Amino acid sequence: MRYFELFAIPVDYNIDLATINKHYLELQRAVHPDRHASSSSRDKLLAVQSAAEINDALQTLKHPVKRAEYMLSELGVDIRAEQQTLQDPLFLMQQMELREELEELENAADPDAAIAQFEAQIKQLDKQYSSELAAQLASSDEQQWQAAADNIRKLKFVYKLREELERIEDSLFDD
Amino acid sequence: MALLQIAEPGQSAAPHEHKLAVGIDLGTTNSLVATVQSGEARTLTDLAGNAMLPSVVQYQADSIVVGEQAAAAATQDPANTLISVKRFLGKTQAEIENSYGQLPYEFCEHDGSLAISTVAGAISPVTASSEILKTLKQRAEDSFAGQDIMGAVITVPAYFDDAQRQSTKDAAELAGIKVLRLLNEPTAAAVAYGLDSGQEGIIAVYDLGGGTFDISILRLHQGVFEVLATGGDSSLGGDDFDSLLVDYFKKQTGVSELSASVLRLFINKAKACKEALSQYQTVNVGLEFDGQSHKVEVTRETFDELALSLVKKTLRSCRRAVKDAGIENEEVLQVVMVGGSTRMPIVRSQVAAFFDKEPLTSIDPDRVVALGAALQADVLVGNKPDSDMLLLDVLPLSLGLETMGGLVEKIIPRNTTIPVARAQEFTTFKDGQTAMSLHVLQGERELVDDCRSLAKFSLKGIPAMAAGAAHIRVTFKVDADGLLSVSAMEKSTGVQAEIQVKPSFGLSDDQVANMLKESMTNAKGDMQARMLKEQQVEALRVVEALEASLATDSALLDEQELGALKAEIAKLVAVRESATTPTEIKAAIEAVDNASSEFAARRMDASIKKALQGQSVDEV
Repeated sequence: MRYFELFAIPVDYNIDLATINKHYLELQRAVHPDRHASSSSRDKLLAVQSAAEINDALQTLKHPVKRAEYMLSELGVDIRAEQQTLQDPLFLMQQMELREELEELENAADPDAAIAQFEAQIKQLDKQYSSELAAQLASSDEQQWQAAADNIRKLKFVYKLREELERIEDSLFDD
Repeated sequence: MALLQIAEPGQSAAPHEHKLAVGIDLGTTNSLVATVQSGEARTLTDLAGNAMLPSVVQYQADSIVVGEQAAAAATQDPANTLISVKRFLGKTQAEIENSYGQLPYEFCEHDGSLAISTVAGAISPVTASSEILKTLKQRAEDSFAGQDIMGAVITVPAYFDDAQRQSTKDAAELAGIKVLRLLNEPTAAAVAYGLDSGQEGIIAVYDLGGGTFDISILRLHQGVFEVLATGGDSSLGGDDFDSLLVDYFKKQTGVSELSASVLRLFINKAKACKEALSQYQTVNVGLEFDGQSHKVEVTRETFDELALSLVKKTLRSCRRAVKDAGIENEEVLQVVMVGGSTRMPIVRSQVAAFFDKEPLTSIDPDRVVALGAALQADVLVGNKPDSDMLLLDVLPLSLGLETMGGLVEKIIPRNTTIPVARAQEFTTFKDGQTAMSLHVLQGERELVDDCRSLAKFSLKGIPAMAAGAAHIRVTFKVDADGLLSVSAMEKSTGVQAEIQVKPSFGLSDDQVANMLKESMTNAKGDMQARMLKEQQVEALRVVEALEASLATDSALLDEQELGALKAEIAKLVAVRESATTPTEIKAAIEAVDNASSEFAARRMDASIKKALQGQSVDEV
C-alpha cells in the first residue's frame, strides 16, 4: 500500500493522525517545489509531482471513507467510481427514519438537546461501521472485502447525515 | 576546523556564494524591492533614497517613464499615464468599467486580451506592470554593482484568481525576472514578523494602503498558511482620509470653490498634516494661495473625530471576514498591520479595540510585505540551506468545469493545499460524438455565469462510440504558485488525444515572446544580447544547482554515470563562455537536463526516504 509506505505508517485502517501530520510536514520539507526553486526545470517538475502526490496521499489517508476506499482498491476491489446502490432494505429503512428525524430537528422544543442526541446516534453508527471495517480490511478473505465495500457504502450515508446536521446547526446558530 | 575547498577546473569555486534574490511587493499604489543582506532583510532605494516606487507608468511617443516623475505627469497627461494597473490584471473591459466606472483610458483589444491605447500604441496591463518590475530589477542590480538577480518572490493579494496570478507571472517574465514563487501578501507580512516559526493559530492581516483596504484571516497550522477569508474595500485608503482634511480646510478658510492647482495644494497639505498628526497632538497648517493667507489648527482629537467613520467602515469589513472565516474575534492570536495608513493612531487604537489585542507594528508597514518576500526569496534561492522554512499555500478559489445546464462541477475545492493534481472522468452525451468542449471555471458559485471563466477548449478526435461509452479523463494541475494547467484525454479505446491549455487571460509563450520582440524592435541587437545574457544566467543556475546536488548525492550514481554527467556539465560551462547565440546555450542546457534526469529522479526518491528515516514502521 503505497500511501502507507510513503508516510512510513503501518497498513491499518486505524491511523494515528498526529504521526501522519508530522510525517507529512517532513515529507513536504524534502520534496516541496520551494526546496527546488533554483534547480533545473526537470527537478522542479519532479518536485511538483511528488508534492502533489503527497498532498493527495494525505487527503486520502485522513478521510475515513477515502482511506477505506483506497485500501479496498489496493486489495483489488475498486468501488470509487461505482454507480451501484446499496441492497440492504433494513439499513435503508433506518436511514429514511433518521432523515425524517433530522428534518424535525429545527422544530424541536429544545433544538440543542435534540441535535446533541442525534449527533450521538450518528457517532454510534460511525463507530460501529468503522470498527467492522478495520477488521474486514485487515482480512485476507475476499468475502470480507465485499462486506467491507458494503460498510463503506453505509459509512457514506452516515457522513452525508453528518453534513446535513452541520448545515442545520449552522442555520440555527446564525439566527 | 574549516577546510579549504578546491574546485575542479571549470567548476564554480564557490557554490555557496551568496546569490542575489529579491522580494518584490508589486502594489496598486506603490511598489518596493527588498533583499536579505548579512541575514537581515532590507528594502532597496533609488538614487534619491526613496524605497517606494509609485506604481505609475507614463507612455510617451519615444520613451517610458516610471515612478515619481510619471505620477507628477498624471494630471497633464491622463490618457497616457497608467495608474494602479494592478487592478486591471486578468480582467475584461466590462469588469473594469463595472468596478471603477469612468476612467481616463481608452480600452482596446490587442492579441485577444485587454489593452489601453496610448501614444506608444496598445499597452496591456501586463506590459505596464512589467515596466514597474523592470525599474525595480534595475534598482536591485545597480545596488549590487551589476550583479545578476537569480530570482524573485513576487507578492499578490490572497484573493487573486488564476488569471490575475498568471498575469503577474507573465509581467515578471516580460521584465526578464525569474519568479521563484508568487506569495500571498498577508502571508509575506506574517513571515516578516517571523510568525511562520512561532505559535500556531489565527492571524489577522489588516492592510490599509493608499487606495485600497484588505483584511485577510489566516490560519497557521504546521507551517501551512491557510487563507480562511479575505475581504475589504477596493476604493478605500489613505487618500480618503486626506480628502476629509481638505473638506475641513475648506470649512475653516471659508473657501468653497477650489481651482485645480489650489486643490492640489490643499491635498498635499492635508497629507502632510495627517502624517504629522501621527506624531504630534496639534499641527498648524499654513495655506497660501491667490494672495490669501490662512492658518488652520488641527488637533489629533479633531482629526480622529473626522476619521472615525472611515475606520469604522474598515472594521465592518473585518467583522464580515471574521464571520466568513467561521471564527470568533477572541480566537485571533496576532494582528499584523500593513500599509502606510496604519500609522494613524486612530486606526491602531480602533483595530486594537476591535480584536482586543495590541496589533504588531514594529516593522515599517509600507515595507513589511516586501521584507517578508525577501526573506522567502533568500531561502528559495538557496542562501540558507539549513532553513526549514516551508510555506504551504492553499487554492484561494475552487476550480471546476461546466456541465449540463450551465452548472459548475468542482474538480478541486478551495482551500486544498497546493500543489495538487486531480482528475475526473466524463463521458459523451450523444451517439457518435467525436468532440467535446470543455469550459474551465474558477469560483464558489453553482452557476457558470457567476464564476470566472478561465479557459475554453475542445477535445477533438474522440472515436465514434455510443453515448456514454467514451471515457474522457480531465486532469487539473495546480502548481505551488496556484497556477493551473488542464489536460484532457480519451482513454477507453487506447486512442489518446491530449491537449494542454493555459488560461485565456494568461499569455501563451508565443505571446510573451512576441511582446518581448515588440518591445525591442528598435534594437534587435539589444534583444539578442539580452536573451544571450538570460541564457548565461540560466546556465549558471543549472550548473550550480547540479554541482550542489553532486556534492551531497554523487553516491547515487555509478562511476560511468557520474563521468557522463560531469562531461555534459563541463561542456555546458564551456559553451556558456564561448557561445555567441542564446540557442547554443539552450541546447547545452537541454543536454545537461537530459543527462541528469535519472540522477534527479533518484535524488527525489532518496530524499523522500531520508525524510522519514529513523521513523520506520516498527518505531511507530
